[in-house]
Amino acid sequence: MSAPHGTLIHVTLNGAHREFTAPPTFAQLIEEMSLAGRRIAVERNGEIVPRSGFATTRLADGDRIEVVVAVGGG
Amino acid sequence: MNAPEKVALHDALVVAGREYRSRLLVGTGKYRDFDETRRAIEASGAEIVTVAIRRTNIGQNAGEPNLLDVLPPSRYTILPNTAGCYTAQDAVRTLRLARELLDGRALVKLEVLGDQQSLYPNMPETLAAAKTLAGEGFQVMAYCNDDPILAKQLEELGCVAVMPLASLIGSGMGIVNPWNLQIIIDRVKVPVLVDAGIGTASDAAIAMELGCDGVLMNTAIAKARDPVRMARAMKLAVEAGRDAFLAGRMAKKPYEAAASSPQTGLIEKS
Repeated sequence: MSAPHGTLIHVTLNGAHREFTAPPTFAQLIEEMSLAGRRIAVERNGEIVPRSGFATTRLADGDRIEVVVAVGGG
Repeated sequence: MNAPEKVALHDALVVAGREYRSRLLVGTGKYRDFDETRRAIEASGAEIVTVAIRRTNIGQNAGEPNLLDVLPPSRYTILPNTAGCYTAQDAVRTLRLARELLDGRALVKLEVLGDQQSLYPNMPETLAAAKTLAGEGFQVMAYCNDDPILAKQLEELGCVAVMPLASLIGSGMGIVNPWNLQIIIDRVKVPVLVDAGIGTASDAAIAMELGCDGVLMNTAIAKARDPVRMARAMKLAVEAGRDAFLAGRMAKKPYEAAASSPQTGLIEKS
C-alpha cells in the first residue's frame, strides 16, 4: 500500500496520528525523531523492522508503528 | 574445606549456560535519577539488570540520556521485561522488540500480569507466551506465582529459570509462603529465583537459605531511604543466605537447650 510521491499518507506513530506528504524511509523517520544512532527498536503492524532495513524500507499509508527504547523497570 | 573466596568462585549461578558470580538480580525502576541508579546497581554487585521496553517520546530531546548509556550492555547482562503486558501476545511482541534492541540477545524476563491492583501473574497467558518464546529461541526467565505444578510446566516448556513471587510486586511484604517456594526448589531443575515482594535484607537471606538460586528485586532497593546502602545490604544478605544454605544449618531442637560452654570445671558454688 505504498503511496506515490505527493500523496498524503497517514500513519500511527507510538499511538499518535502523523501525516507525511512523501513516504519517508524508516531511517529518515528516526532521524526526524532525533533518534539516529540511539539504541531503539521498531515494529510496523506487529512485525519487527530490522535495523538493517531502515535505510531501504519506506512507511506506507495506514502503518501502525512503534518505536521503543529501554527504560528503568523491574 | 575451601577458603571462602574459593567457595564463591565455584558457586556460580548458571542461567542458560552462562555463569554469574552474583545471585542478586536488580531492577532499574523507581530511582531518583540515572546517577542514583548507577551507584545503587554498582553497590549491589548485580550482573543481571532488568529493564522495561517503552515507546520513545516523539521528538524527544536529542541529548536526552539513555538508561543503557548508564548501564552498558557490554558490562551488564540486560534482562528486558514485559512489565505492563496483560496478554501473551503483547508480551511476545515486546520481547521481540527487546531482542532487536539488544542486538539479538535472547535472555528475557517474561511477566504477564493479571490485574492492575495485585499485579498478580496471569498464568495461562504466561504459559502460552513461554511456549511461543521458547519456540522462537528466546531464553525465558519466567515470573510466576508460587504454584509448584505451574513452575514445573514452565520448566517443561523450556524456560531457563522460574521466578516465583515472594509476595506482591512492590509490596515489600517478604516471603509469605516459604513452603510453596520449598516445593518448587525441590522439584524444578532449572534455577529458581524469588522475584517480587522482598522488603529488606532478611527477606533476601531467607529466600537464599531456603535454597533459591537467586533473588530479583527493585523496589526494596530503590525505595529505601538510602538506596546505595540498601543495595549493599542486599548483596551481603544474598551472599550470607547462600553460604548458610550451603553450610547446612544446625538442627532445630525446640524442647532441648544445649550449653555451648563446658558443663564441668566451674568454680565452687557459693
